[in-house]
Amino acid sequence: MKISFTLNGKPVSCDLPSNRRVVDVLREDLGLMGTKEACGTGECGACTILVDGIPRLSCLMLAAQLEGRDVTTIEGLSKSGETLHPIQQAFVEAGAVQCGFCTPGMVLATTHLLSENPRPTREEIREALSGNICRCTGYQKIVDAVELAAEKLTEKGETA
Amino acid sequence: MKRDALPNQPRPLQIGEPIPRADAPAKVAGREHYAVDYYAEDMLWAGVKRADIPHAVFRGINSEEAEKVPGVLAILTAKDIKGSNRQGVARKDQPVLVDDRIRHRGDGVALVIAETREALREAIGKITVEAEPLPGVFDMEEALKEDAPWIHEDHPGSNILLKGHITKGDGATAFETCTHVVKATFELPYQEHAYLETEAGWAITEEDETVSITVSTQTPFRDKMEVAGALGLPMDKVRIIAPYCGGAFGGKDGITVQSLLALAALRFSGRPIKMWWEREESFIASAKRHQARCRYRLGADATGRFIALEAEILYDTGAYDHLGGAVMALGLEHAGGPYRIPHTDLKAWAVYTNNPVGGAFRAFGVAQATAAMEQMVDRIAEKVGRSPLEIRRLNAVRRGDTTPIGVTLTTSTGIGRCLEIAERHPFWRKRESWKAKAGPFRKRGVGVAAVMHGMGYGPVIPDTANAKIELTSEGSFRVACGVVDMGQGNAHTFLQMAGDILSQDLSRLELVLPDTAWTLPSGSASASRTTYTYGNALIDAANLLKERILKRCADLWMVTDPKELALVPGRVRHLPSGRETTLAEVAAFMDETERTTVAHYRAPQSPQLPDLEPNLRLHGIPHVVFSYGVHIAGIEVDLLTGAVTVEHYLAVNDCGNILNPQLFEQQVQGGIAQGLGYALMEEIPVTEGEMKTVNFSTYLLPTFLDVPDMEVIDAGGNEPTGPYGLKGIGEIPTSGPLPAVANALFDACGIRLERFPMTPERVLSALEGNRP
Repeated sequence: MKISFTLNGKPVSCDLPSNRRVVDVLREDLGLMGTKEACGTGECGACTILVDGIPRLSCLMLAAQLEGRDVTTIEGLSKSGETLHPIQQAFVEAGAVQCGFCTPGMVLATTHLLSENPRPTREEIREALSGNICRCTGYQKIVDAVELAAEKLTEKGETA
Repeated sequence: MKRDALPNQPRPLQIGEPIPRADAPAKVAGREHYAVDYYAEDMLWAGVKRADIPHAVFRGINSEEAEKVPGVLAILTAKDIKGSNRQGVARKDQPVLVDDRIRHRGDGVALVIAETREALREAIGKITVEAEPLPGVFDMEEALKEDAPWIHEDHPGSNILLKGHITKGDGATAFETCTHVVKATFELPYQEHAYLETEAGWAITEEDETVSITVSTQTPFRDKMEVAGALGLPMDKVRIIAPYCGGAFGGKDGITVQSLLALAALRFSGRPIKMWWEREESFIASAKRHQARCRYRLGADATGRFIALEAEILYDTGAYDHLGGAVMALGLEHAGGPYRIPHTDLKAWAVYTNNPVGGAFRAFGVAQATAAMEQMVDRIAEKVGRSPLEIRRLNAVRRGDTTPIGVTLTTSTGIGRCLEIAERHPFWRKRESWKAKAGPFRKRGVGVAAVMHGMGYGPVIPDTANAKIELTSEGSFRVACGVVDMGQGNAHTFLQMAGDILSQDLSRLELVLPDTAWTLPSGSASASRTTYTYGNALIDAANLLKERILKRCADLWMVTDPKELALVPGRVRHLPSGRETTLAEVAAFMDETERTTVAHYRAPQSPQLPDLEPNLRLHGIPHVVFSYGVHIAGIEVDLLTGAVTVEHYLAVNDCGNILNPQLFEQQVQGGIAQGLGYALMEEIPVTEGEMKTVNFSTYLLPTFLDVPDMEVIDAGGNEPTGPYGLKGIGEIPTSGPLPAVANALFDACGIRLERFPMTPERVLSALEGNRP
């Protein structure tokens, strides 16, 4: 079926089987490798994307569900001319990245959290990101990174 | 490969600074290409039919229906393999595809190649296995019985892959002289690595008949030999390219998809072929931390001084060696922990069964031994009436002492210092008041564990690295790194070392990731040896290049003493005059061969225990350099549900001099988190060789809500043989959490479990007075 949606700020139209998983559409059909798949069953959060600003698991979404939506993947987070979004920069500086396979999903989940709650406590950060699994870091530096990102965005007077 | 530069880092990299990782910007932007991220227009998919029978004589497959699936191009079996069809690091006992015998449910019996992933899945589902079931062996004690079915007919004598027995002093007879003796058994679970990037790669047979395999691996150079041997290819016709792994933790130390991909690529020359295991397949087919049974007896005098230790450790290595013999040997070497014990009798076995394969996993056999030993130490402390830290301080090894296997410690030995720091820490000193604040129906406890971990391959296998660094014609430096970065950050550390020596910032440093065609053999990313061994080689290569650049520049400027010259970012400066030239200009005055330096390093190998059984020495006993640590866990137990939450965690570490505090903390925190999973929730129940938890819905991993903020303390060590004084940090943190939490559970509630992890069910049952 023909599907039209907005992807990282640009309109996209493609002809896809309606039951194709969104993670496959992004990675295989559109070449956006930043969205990772790690469990395929919605348990780990690695494939998180933003759909109308809300974190969604792209391994559990079908292509037809994209119709008319506004989709952001990790590739679309930073504004043009900006190397990294302040949240991404905070992940780098805080040492929140090790193997990096969970990172795109973590960053997008953080984007949503900070858009709703610009100065979350550490407990609120842990709760909000608890659907995203990281096997490398022990999470502490990711919590540090989200706090740092919140500071950066507040300083800039921006929201996520 | 050009790395994304960090905008805020114009200054030269220096050792000791918490510089954010050079690999992070590309990863955080989703630009880093892992092995799973390669796709091509005419790409084929390959996948494996698994036996799903634990033990059987293999007769063949029926693939008639599968061949009819549109898009299926080929179904290959062992008959299509021209080489030995055997893989393995020590003992080559694992087939690429089963030819004679099915030995565990995850064995591959056929390789399917299809146009699409959908066709691949459908075809695999339609293949049936023809086999004559054999009685299975699913328990280690059963496997050791004389009448047990043999799992490897060609392995002489029994199902014992490898056993070790080491005694020291008077051995077990010394228990007669002990005032206090404690005895216990510990059952430790399988642990799944659960790297987020499952086993994956792609391969292509090039026009010159080279099979190029891009794969998520810890061992590119060993893979090359394994693939060549198993498939009967000349060594120079196999090339392995190893991008950053999406996690590995030991699980990619050895062959996963490599030979299968190569087999498919040979059949469809010129076409890229991809393989990517789904999570369930990753559980079923990959090696895990060995489940283990430990029987311990520890004796002390009236003051708590250890006199005698007896240990028997059984490691279930499942159907294949993988690295089971080496895992067992390292566990045996560390069976008695970092203590002075004059009399020991230590035994360990790696046992073949028809269970899932046991293999390398961060802490490599030491996690199991430490889990047991550290709980024994607490039992003695309780009997003697001394605090857990006091008893450890009383018995901790110092340099010059011998370890429980009788090896004299000749290198930096910081366990004493770690214990002193832990004892002075406010959380330890004020623990009683913290414990008193538990709410209703809750109890708090504080537990300790001391840890020790040997680095490298041991006395026989050459533990070597070969570094290569190049001054490019643009005047930047390219470090060719032959050892994988699976996420632990060694790639960045190498740049930081090169940057320090050559006074360059990150924008002038590039890293070439392992590729057997370009980088030099440097061993595996494993055994806590990666940064130590490659780092030592790189320091020599970078110093050699620096000297060469300065000498050439001195010649150009007619300066007699090159010491008057210094490298600064992008330039060489004549210090007396301030005159400068760019590195690109210097490069132009050097021949291409002069602009590259290489250096070889071999880690120290122990001359001790010369009479030890040669096979145990081959498998790694004894080591020379050890890291140390002390962990303290503060837990709260919900008496109504049995749930244990970790509220406080502290780890004091002697890992030599710290080159980058941020990366050091990453390793310790991540290791603790995996250890807490091992302590509290990670478990794979196995019945008749069948795993009951093969996805993340049933195999529980620690989340943000299960791991507390941790305090990571550097005890300030220095190891003269290490690069800038460093020792290995990768594995040691993983061994501490299970015993620290178990000891805290006893401190809180007076209960000790025999079977782990400490799930709410087991804790509640023990609280109700049932046998653990």
